[in-house]
Amino acid sequence: MSYLLRSWQGAVALLLCLLALTQLPLLGPEAPLPVGSGATSVILLLIAGGALASFLPIPSAALAAILFVAAHGAAWLLIGSVDGNEGHAGSAFFLLVAASWLLGWRCITVLADIEPNGRAAETVLRLLIPAIFGAWILILWEAGTRGAGVPFILLPPPSAIGERIGNSLPILAADVRQTIFKAVLFGYVVGCAAGFAVAILADRVTFLRRGVLPIANLMSALPIIGVAPIMVMWFGFDWQSKAAVVIVMTFFPMLVNTIAGLGAAGAMERDLMRSYASDYWQTLVKLRLPAAMPFVFNALKINSTLALIGAIVAEFFGTPIVGMGFRISTEIGRMNVDMVWAEIAVAAVIGSVFYGVVALAERATTFWHPSNRGG
Amino acid sequence: MTSSPSPVVSARKLGLTFQTGDGPVHALSDVDLEVAKGDFVSFIGPSGCGKTTFLRVVADLEKNTSGEITVNGMTPEEARKARAYGYVFQAPALYPWRTIEKNIALPLEIMGHAPAERAERIERTLDLVNLSGFGKKYPWQLSGGMQQRASIARALAFDADLLLMDEPFGALDEIVRDHLNEQLLKLWAATQKTICFVTHSIPEAVYLSTKIVVMSPRPGRVTDVIESTLPRERPLDIRETPEFLEIAHRVREGLRAGHSYEE
Ligand SMILES: Nc1ncnc2c1ncn2[C@@H]1O[C@H](COP(=O)(O)OP(=O)(O)O)[C@@H](O)[C@H]1O
Ligand SMILES: [Mg+2]
Repeated sequence: MSYLLRSWQGAVALLLCLLALTQLPLLGPEAPLPVGSGATSVILLLIAGGALASFLPIPSAALAAILFVAAHGAAWLLIGSVDGNEGHAGSAFFLLVAASWLLGWRCITVLADIEPNGRAAETVLRLLIPAIFGAWILILWEAGTRGAGVPFILLPPPSAIGERIGNSLPILAADVRQTIFKAVLFGYVVGCAAGFAVAILADRVTFLRRGVLPIANLMSALPIIGVAPIMVMWFGFDWQSKAAVVIVMTFFPMLVNTIAGLGAAGAMERDLMRSYASDYWQTLVKLRLPAAMPFVFNALKINSTLALIGAIVAEFFGTPIVGMGFRISTEIGRMNVDMVWAEIAVAAVIGSVFYGVVALAERATTFWHPSNRGG
Repeated sequence: MTSSPSPVVSARKLGLTFQTGDGPVHALSDVDLEVAKGDFVSFIGPSGCGKTTFLRVVADLEKNTSGEITVNGMTPEEARKARAYGYVFQAPALYPWRTIEKNIALPLEIMGHAPAERAERIERTLDLVNLSGFGKKYPWQLSGGMQQRASIARALAFDADLLLMDEPFGALDEIVRDHLNEQLLKLWAATQKTICFVTHSIPEAVYLSTKIVVMSPRPGRVTDVIESTLPRERPLDIRETPEFLEIAHRVREGLRAGHSYEE
């Protein structure tokens, strides 16, 4: 029993293989390109071999490599087998996909338990685990949509989205240039800078402090679908009106967080500054702003997502014939869902990179904060 | 009372009442005190007797509501603006985003010292508190005792003649504390500073001080001022001599008279 417990994924994968054997062939009787028994046995052998290996006392790294090859090789062959046979997959197909997915899971578990020796190994592991995880989301998506023949309009397989991205690089690049490098970046920089500057102004001038927060609060409550068309009227169809929407959206989070951050320095730390007869600006620069940095970065991270959403949605309300939001709204009307998904994928990647860059800057700036100190 | 020609701190009928939600709190009342140049004065008493408040009034971090006080012959505010004192708080209050040497540089930057002079002073004060070689560390990489020593170095860096220390070693264990007390005395002898030192440890007060101010709470007031007869040169084992025990006994009597340790 404890022998089985060493790898329950392997045990279940073996069971699924046996079950699949009773349900062969892989594809239904009407499949235009039936799969030969040779290919089917290779798939079965890969999965069974990987599953059996997972019970053996093999060194972790070697076992992970075996599981990696078995799981992904089987998945590759399985997806290849539905090529031209979309919608004709039988239950054996899905059982084997599930079995190889379990091996992939086992592979991640083994990798996660490895004690990396050295920084390089640690970095590789830290990247490899989420990469395998992400790959399996795509594999299951691909096998599911193509095996079951999900209508293209509902959910295209990732391979089709990838192909669309590959074939539309110039259009995507133009859209990214319009939406990200003009509207988002400009709006983000100006909105964050303005929120930060007004927060400091409000800190310095008492009457502003009383007045500015309620008004800024009101501004943040404005619905974007109301703001966007008005900005188009004010600033025209081009990217400037989208940048204005982004400014409106990012201003408030930065303002509120900076004001909160300026209050974050402790009483003793302030008394210390007072004991040096430090003036307002010295105290601000040497104590209160550094202490506010975790709050400021919080706003920068929130705003990196808000800016992207704001610019894309704002393009629904009139743009020149370029831009990610424009593309999404027109291509969905033409039922070109693969192009919509291509834009979504590009937006997701850019959003993650954007967030990642801000997070890295945060780590470098607020390394001293208890939540970042580490070892 | 030894009143030298120009006392560093001089308080007459000093009082401070906090207006709080539950009515007034008399943190200080009728405090008369003189601290002469070169004195090492300890303030001892149960918590809540106004030791911290007195130091904060001297430092102009709190305003007295009655009586008079001068620091170096000026009002506390003038003295603060003239950077007359260094304050060591109960906690190190080092800025975690600055290394130890940058923390010591902080007052020097604010007071406008040139970089070369900053470097020279940082090195000298780090040496004074036995932290040479730790300048590049961040505060959170050091032990509590080292952090507190760094905060003393920071208070020494700009050469104010008056050092105000509010239970600087209160959070440390006794072994570290003994060691730091010894170092503090050496430092005092080396720098000739005037030190006001808050503590609630009788041996610490007697070991360190030339003058011990015994206080009692509600309202916070001075009940006794004891001039120490111990020599300025004090090895740690002076604490076993009859003279030392005699002074400690007087302090304890003073505290008891002020009906203190009931809380
Ligand atoms: N900012 C303040 N507001 C109200 N009451 C205070 C404040 N600071 C101190 N007190 C009160 O004044 C009294 C003396 O406090 P403190 O000087 O801190 O005493 P000690 O340092 O001797 O323990 C206490 O009763 C305390 O509660
Ligand atoms: Mg106190």
